[in-house]
Amino acid sequence: MSSKMSDRRGFLKKSAALAGLAAFANGKALASVTPGLVLGEADVKYGVTPDEPNIQDLLYGGRSSYEKTIRIHSINSPEGLRTLTPLQDSIGIITPASYHFQVQGDTHMPNINPREHTLIIHGMVDRPTVFTMEEIKRLPSVSEVHWIECTGNSGLQWYKALLQNRKAGRTDGSVIQGVHGRLSCSEWTGVRVSTLLKECGVQKGASWVIAEAGDNIHHAKSLPLAKLMDDAMLAYGQNGEAIRREQGYPLRLHTPGFQGVCNVKFLRSLKVTNEPYYMQREISAYTNTKPNGISSWYESQQGPKSLITFPSDAHKLAGAGLYEISGIAYCGRGKIARVEVTVDAGKTWKDANLQQPVFSKAWTRFRLPWNWNGAETVIGSRCTNEYGEIQSTVEGLAKLWGDDFNPPIPAADVVHWWESAPISAFLNNPIQLWKAKPDGSVYDATYVKYLPNPYYPA
Amino acid sequence: MRLTSSIYRIRITRPRSNFLLPVVALLACGAAMAQSPTYKVGRPPTAEELHTWDNLVGAKGKELPIGSGSAVEGAPVFAAKCAMCHGKDGQGGVPVPEGFGFTYARLVGGVGSLNTPKPIFTVGSRMPYATTLFDYIQRAMPVWPMPRDLTPDNVYALTAFLLYKNGIIKETDVMNKASLVEVQMPNRHGFYPDPPQSEPNDKDGTWLPLWEHGPEWKPTTKPGAKWYGPPVAAPR
Repeated sequence: MSSKMSDRRGFLKKSAALAGLAAFANGKALASVTPGLVLGEADVKYGVTPDEPNIQDLLYGGRSSYEKTIRIHSINSPEGLRTLTPLQDSIGIITPASYHFQVQGDTHMPNINPREHTLIIHGMVDRPTVFTMEEIKRLPSVSEVHWIECTGNSGLQWYKALLQNRKAGRTDGSVIQGVHGRLSCSEWTGVRVSTLLKECGVQKGASWVIAEAGDNIHHAKSLPLAKLMDDAMLAYGQNGEAIRREQGYPLRLHTPGFQGVCNVKFLRSLKVTNEPYYMQREISAYTNTKPNGISSWYESQQGPKSLITFPSDAHKLAGAGLYEISGIAYCGRGKIARVEVTVDAGKTWKDANLQQPVFSKAWTRFRLPWNWNGAETVIGSRCTNEYGEIQSTVEGLAKLWGDDFNPPIPAADVVHWWESAPISAFLNNPIQLWKAKPDGSVYDATYVKYLPNPYYPA
Repeated sequence: MRLTSSIYRIRITRPRSNFLLPVVALLACGAAMAQSPTYKVGRPPTAEELHTWDNLVGAKGKELPIGSGSAVEGAPVFAAKCAMCHGKDGQGGVPVPEGFGFTYARLVGGVGSLNTPKPIFTVGSRMPYATTLFDYIQRAMPVWPMPRDLTPDNVYALTAFLLYKNGIIKETDVMNKASLVEVQMPNRHGFYPDPPQSEPNDKDGTWLPLWEHGPEWKPTTKPGAKWYGPPVAAPR
């Protein structure tokens, strides 16, 4: 027996005594998984087993050993710098930092000493200035709940990649996590970018800001000055603690409602200019190329989007009966005003309950009780924001794109083009449908329409 | 349904956007005027800090370093530092390790393919400015083993090599601070709106980007709504 083990038992006994649980020790010893530890009858009956607390672990805290939810690696990332949020197990509107997705176009993750970290603001400003982290934290701060989503999230390319994964023998991916998992929502704390820009004195004629990271590849992104003067934030806090290393510790740019690539992590520099800089990550990717070969660029806001997170293809239903359909809805501008749910493949739609308060540019949790009769059916959700804009189907999005042309391109051709292009559309917000089978299994019913999934039953 | 084609719309966008440039500047100025330090934190940057953090290269090339290189000089650098991922001639196709079929980026070819069912995205077919290529090589390449270990001459030479391989310049053309910004990329006009939108529209139809309207668009009852995104379905 190791001394560590005996220490632990000593700790357990002391804890029980301290907590006034004398009955514990006096109770009849029915079972003891660890010899020497006595449990009461009721505890064993209700599934209580001796834990193995390590007192050092308790100082930061951990979860029950029964909780197994984790992020998974994204498909093309052996280096592990791309991980996906387990949306299927999301609860409420806050994503724990340990579940927050990470998409980093770098092969090395910086570990930055905050005492050494500075932010420089230069370019078209009257007073180029270097701020230390300590100085930034002295400035007036705000806390706001906002989602962040990778621009390519929910794209057909991730579904294709999922099928490739299955073919290669990897089975840990589901559509809800593998296709939609570049999506999280947190409470962010920091200083408004406008506070620092005003401190530096933005010059007349300035209209863009180029943000640059201190990671190895110095990720850089051009952003409209108007956005940074509006609600953008220099974030150092996430869900009540310092932002995690994966999220850009010690300082990241946060641009509420804008695509993920704008939220520059490890932020080191803001250069104020009068033009965008046409960086690789706003040209070679993160643009929407249309079937005529022309791409729209510097599109940043996500349209209204909702997703049923339970039940989804990561779950198996226990049979007919009552379930609570639950999901998330959000939009790049404004608040979610309405979420409708169908449980009959779109024939009828019912309003779901929205968890209050509803925050702007944040997840809204919606819920609807569902009495499943056990027959095969298709469920799905669609949301509307406070401006009346409504989430589309894949076909609806394709029609919006196709109608841009003269003569209009049929929606089916646009979808075919999305399938065949090496990269797919960005800022995807189609309605996600899930098909429940009589045996309780749940499958994607949206993407499978475009690319048959050989791993699904007929 | 909209009656104008995208190509046509792009043609009308440019003069229209230029006309609106003063408006853009005016709006930005409104946000920027009357700023004096309130909190008096921070310090002026050192010359070294300004040098370190002012080398992103925009389309005007103001930040380009001193140096030069041609495709002839770039070829051996490419073979030594780039070909292992991007292929001997920049043709891509090298699998990402354990990448489940994903491959490193193709850099060469594909010009004219973007409006076909099989668009090929490369440096030549995609980038609107040669400075975009220079900047990315200088800032982020080679990812393995460590970015940012190329000399300015190396970066100019690699840029020249890829432009040459894409048929944009001659093998002996020397790229430097003056010549790089003169390079005309095939996809220079492949993006819209041009210039990019720097101010949100308020959906009242006065100067919003034309891709914004859904087919049945009606002005919102909430002016001041900000939108920088792709199309959304029209209100019911």
